Amino acid sequence: MDLSLSTRNVSGPGGDRTVVEVGGEIDVYTAPKLREQLVELVNDGSYHLVVDMEGVDFLDSTGLGVLVGGLKRVRAHEGSLRLVCNQERILKIFRITGLTKVFPIHGSVDEAVNATD
Amino acid sequence: MATVELRFSAQPEHVRTARLVAAAVARRAGVDEAVLDEVRLAVGEACSRAVGLHRAYGVTAPVRVALTEEEKAFSIEVGDEVPGPGSGGAAPGVRGATADEEPDDGGEDGMGLAVISGLVDDVEVTSDESGGVIRMTWPITGATAEP
Repeated sequence: MDLSLSTRNVSGPGGDRTVVEVGGEIDVYTAPKLREQLVELVNDGSYHLVVDMEGVDFLDSTGLGVLVGGLKRVRAHEGSLRLVCNQERILKIFRITGLTKVFPIHGSVDEAVNATD
Repeated sequence: MATVELRFSAQPEHVRTARLVAAAVARRAGVDEAVLDEVRLAVGEACSRAVGLHRAYGVTAPVRVALTEEEKAFSIEVGDEVPGPGSGGAAPGVRGATADEEPDDGGEDGMGLAVISGLVDDVEVTSDESGGVIRMTWPITGATAEP
């Protein structure tokens, strides 16, 4: 399965958030598309991103690298990058790489959009 | 002799094929369903790393994946043909020094190995003048899957 990406803007208590809905497989082949999307959003001035990973079937370290790169970019603008994920197989990858300490991971898009910490 | 052997040109789009084949052969060999996700991820990481090394060093040879069903274990060997330091994890800094990539992905190679060692209990990384090999082994607990 290929990667699917869609974005939408949502207002939260902390201001506008851009939700990036990702579906399919994020691997060495498809990760560059996600990177381009994140870079484009930041270049267009969207610094508060919520990456919804509920539709992701597969994630590898290339994908993790892209997410870390996205976080670095938004942080340069005092922004945020929050993840939405409930899938154990995906969460496990964040856990074994220690990235659960780096990314705020939420159970729903609403929760992520409404987070103000 | 390997149960199934796969050679693919070092292109990112073929890594998915390697994952699918590895998971299918592992399932047939009787690797526990719960572990198949780990097999898929680990073989993908090893292949992505080999593809990255071949491309960074301009190696035109294919990446090799050997899937072997043994009596009580299932093993996967992913071999690259980048000799000596810079393959097999012997010198983690080497690839970063030559690959002209975005700084975002600078830690990708090491991250792949980190994921593999976090996932697989039995993993061996070796390298010599002919290239590097990552060998990963999983126990077979159940009976061989029905055809």
